[in-house]
Amino acid sequence: MNWETVIGLEVHVQLATKTKIFSAASTAFGAEPNTQACAIDLAMPGTLPVVNQQAIDYAVMFGLAIDAEIGKTSVFERKNYFYPDLPKGYQTTQLEQPVVGPGTVDIQLDNGDTKSVRIHHAHLEEDAGKSLHEGDFRSGVSGIDLNRAGTPLIEIVSEPDMSNAQEAVAFAKKLHSIVTSLGICDGEMSQGSMRFDVNISVRPQGEEKLGTRTETKNLNSFKFMEDAIHLEVERQIDVLEDGGEIKQETRLYNGETKVARSMRSKEEANDYRYFPCPDLLPVVISDEHVEQLRSKLPELPDAKQQRFIEQYDLSEYDAGVLSTHAAIANYFEKTATHSKNAKLTANWVSGELSARLNTESLSIGQSPVSAEQLAGLIVRIADNSISSKMAKQVFDGIWNGEGDADQIIEKRGLKQVSDSGALESMVAEVLASNQAMVDDYINTDPDKRKKKLGGFMGQIMKASKGQANPQQVSQILAKKLAELL
Amino acid sequence: MSIEKQTIENLATLARLEIDDQRVEEISQRLGSVLELVDQLQAADTNNLTDNSHTPLATQRLREDKVTESNQRDAFQAIAPDTEDGLYLVPKVID
Amino acid sequence: MHNFTITELIDGLKNRVFSSTEITQHFLSRIKTLDPAFNSVITLTEDQAIEAARLADQQLAKGDSAPLCGIPVLHKDIFCTNGVRTSCGSKMLDNFVPPYDATVVENFKTSGAIMLGKTNMDEFAMGSSNETSFYGPVKNPWATNSVPGGSSGGSAAAIAARLAPGATATDTGGSIRQPAALCGITGLKPTYGRVSRWGMIAFASSLDQGGPMARTAEDCALLLNCMASYDQKDSTCVDRPVPNYSANLGDSVKGLRIGIPKEYFSEGLNAGTEKAVRESLAEYEKMGAELVEISLPNTGLSVPAYYVIAPAEASANLSRFDGVKYGHRCDNPKDLEDLYRRTRAEGFGDEVQRRILIGTYCLSAGYYDAYYGKAQQVRELIRQDFTQAFEKVDLIMGPTCPSPAFEFGSKGNDPVAMYLEDIYTISTNLAGLPGMSLPCGMVDNKPVGLQIIGNYFDEARMLNAAHQFQQVTDWHTQAPEGIES
Repeated sequence: MNWETVIGLEVHVQLATKTKIFSAASTAFGAEPNTQACAIDLAMPGTLPVVNQQAIDYAVMFGLAIDAEIGKTSVFERKNYFYPDLPKGYQTTQLEQPVVGPGTVDIQLDNGDTKSVRIHHAHLEEDAGKSLHEGDFRSGVSGIDLNRAGTPLIEIVSEPDMSNAQEAVAFAKKLHSIVTSLGICDGEMSQGSMRFDVNISVRPQGEEKLGTRTETKNLNSFKFMEDAIHLEVERQIDVLEDGGEIKQETRLYNGETKVARSMRSKEEANDYRYFPCPDLLPVVISDEHVEQLRSKLPELPDAKQQRFIEQYDLSEYDAGVLSTHAAIANYFEKTATHSKNAKLTANWVSGELSARLNTESLSIGQSPVSAEQLAGLIVRIADNSISSKMAKQVFDGIWNGEGDADQIIEKRGLKQVSDSGALESMVAEVLASNQAMVDDYINTDPDKRKKKLGGFMGQIMKASKGQANPQQVSQILAKKLAELL
Repeated sequence: MSIEKQTIENLATLARLEIDDQRVEEISQRLGSVLELVDQLQAADTNNLTDNSHTPLATQRLREDKVTESNQRDAFQAIAPDTEDGLYLVPKVID
Repeated sequence: MHNFTITELIDGLKNRVFSSTEITQHFLSRIKTLDPAFNSVITLTEDQAIEAARLADQQLAKGDSAPLCGIPVLHKDIFCTNGVRTSCGSKMLDNFVPPYDATVVENFKTSGAIMLGKTNMDEFAMGSSNETSFYGPVKNPWATNSVPGGSSGGSAAAIAARLAPGATATDTGGSIRQPAALCGITGLKPTYGRVSRWGMIAFASSLDQGGPMARTAEDCALLLNCMASYDQKDSTCVDRPVPNYSANLGDSVKGLRIGIPKEYFSEGLNAGTEKAVRESLAEYEKMGAELVEISLPNTGLSVPAYYVIAPAEASANLSRFDGVKYGHRCDNPKDLEDLYRRTRAEGFGDEVQRRILIGTYCLSAGYYDAYYGKAQQVRELIRQDFTQAFEKVDLIMGPTCPSPAFEFGSKGNDPVAMYLEDIYTISTNLAGLPGMSLPCGMVDNKPVGLQIIGNYFDEARMLNAAHQFQQVTDWHTQAPEGIES
């Protein structure tokens, strides 16, 4: 039987505010345990929440970015359950009246098509603390760190519009791109700034009714998400093909061991008893305020891609790659401005530079090669001072802190020889000292002579220690050989 | 009116209250009598009420995003039942 | 000295008739000798009080003093006091010493008042008789076999017994007015949002409101002047200037339109109580006020609506007491569930557990609309009843409670009998309106309370009407037997 997969995502995005959503304690990452948990975050008796303006604004900005309806009046509710990382015994979240209503996010598929994924809504809520299962404390217990408790989140809930792991990953990456471009999230996946819950079900091809879904929680990398989806889809199909039934459950995927399991604690039917939080009043957002935020909205990835195509004459693909991350896009634009060669800049930023950053796990902000330095290198490639092969050596030099492109070219004597007089005598010399090769060339069938050129090129480049401009050499060589016929 | 034992047990689980069998009967009776009282609500005619939820009487005040809280961990953990190394300790959490 | 009102004490301090140290010591020693019979004070802060009085005397000597400088008061043990145990009448918080002050407590400190100690109360303010306190019941100074009312029974009894000239209290369904009535003192529940709830341990957040208790309306005005404030830490606190509540106490009530709700004089009202209230209303007529019969048709629904909304909110508010961050924790929990369930079963008394269960029930899946949703609609009906009434009248008056103080244990095992004690007071909490109670007669040597309900933020008019009544009557000056010594 052929199976069809249906995927919906719930994405938790930590907002890049300085303080918590309901308290004025810092949200900075990596502090000593419980040093950023104030009385409100600890749910000390008698404490009360006050809403952070910036959290509301960030949520509205996201809504505007996905062309969603903005909830003019949004309401915080209490979601009741007991857990040690939830100090109040309820999470303050939104349910009936979220801040962001229905919207859409367009994703590009591998075949070049565009697909719209519908957003059901996005709501504001507070993050929980962390339970640590091992540390410098006695065994048999868990340690609770409430620094993260109260960090503002938006939870973005998609419709079940994705039909495979690739689409889900494309959607997740697009959201990452949108929230980082907006500057409302730092996008640091390794610090948990974006976490994905994936709802997956399968059904026989052509079947209308959705199958029973499972939810795989808390995936914090695109790779884990992709792997987890493949694993779960396979599992569900296996179960169904063996005549079994899918149980609605919450699952946990371990990215290290690549194994998923059912979450025990979530199995018992939960009844969250939502009701409007009486400590908070409805949040009312005026049209003027929404318009003010709209007017200050930074350029979004799709618009940026379009502009890159038009302004820099880039291919749709290159423009797409470069516009996804705001920081990369900025780096590209800065480099292109200095190098005055957008096409070459695009190749270098999305090619060599990205690959190197990736290998060394660095972000663009941490790149040892500045935009100005890369531009300097590109200028020398464009004016034929160095070959692209040499350019890679120069790039390594800049990366290792040896200086700017011109300094390295100079120091290493990498300057390409483009002086035609010098090249002509070099070619003549090689031809003279390789009479056998020349004879062979002359005696070869004219149609097949082209194949013999490589041999001469190799000899000439070797003689020039690689510094000869290959295009010029090949022209001169062709001319000289023709003269010999 | 009394409430079924199973219902009381479910409520006790949701509310995390240990209720032994001896108390179930008494609680069931007392809750039953309160529910009889609150069931009077069902007779109320609320059909003519306009939905007021969209025009709140007062609206939420918003706070500037500025850190004003400082680290008071020592003061807070001095009154905590069990802490070590800056962490609140609880019996092992199993996901 | 203990028969002086706060107004008289302020005069005496200003004119150096006595010092703050003298009056503070006088009240402390009265608490120590007399209170064992009443159990109204559960924490005495003797050393701090004496030190604060010494400083107050220095301030008074300089002639530049805050409005309540040197005046001793008691705080209900629901208000967090920095460094002083705040139990909320519960075993759960028997060991809880908050590292912060409630805004109300802070306001009293700023006004120069001296805290003598903390008063007994029904556990988490859930009760109308003070029988649910972990520290044992408070006895009514007028008849020690009878209840003082609740939940602010400790504050009311302490004032009646002249153990303090004024005290703080809170009112969720009548917890200021009913004990004030039963103990023969004056108490005021302000408009919801007038007094900050920060640091006041929450019972039902949308209903809870702090207010003053004293012997006279004039003193309540002085206390409210300092208690009321706009507090940014409480989102439900209203940003509105605090008037001088003492300014218009002397105004005539001539022409004042007083609404008499017929529903407050129906079945269940004690005949003696009714007689005393009607005579008081006649007194107002004599002063030139106009009595207008009105109807509050949904009064009967207020008790059922309250017993859905208050327990529902409480069930969530009390989830933070889980044995992790502060307060009681059971011995040797075998696992996390055991920690939660035993901590909470041991820490909370029967009535509190019952209300948590009711609230949990009313919010649970399948019951929300029928209970919580319906109760909120009924709340709106009750609000509309009052809005219509206040189009015709300036104030509403009637009995505070159906009968004078009842004997301990007399309400038997049926919680509903106790709940009906609040039938005349609950609807003002549901509507968010201000209400007060003042002594207006005696039945069987037990005090009767007259309730005054005002429009939103109309506390000044209520205090004015109450003060004028106290100019022509002497119920508020009467003291229980054996107290005078």
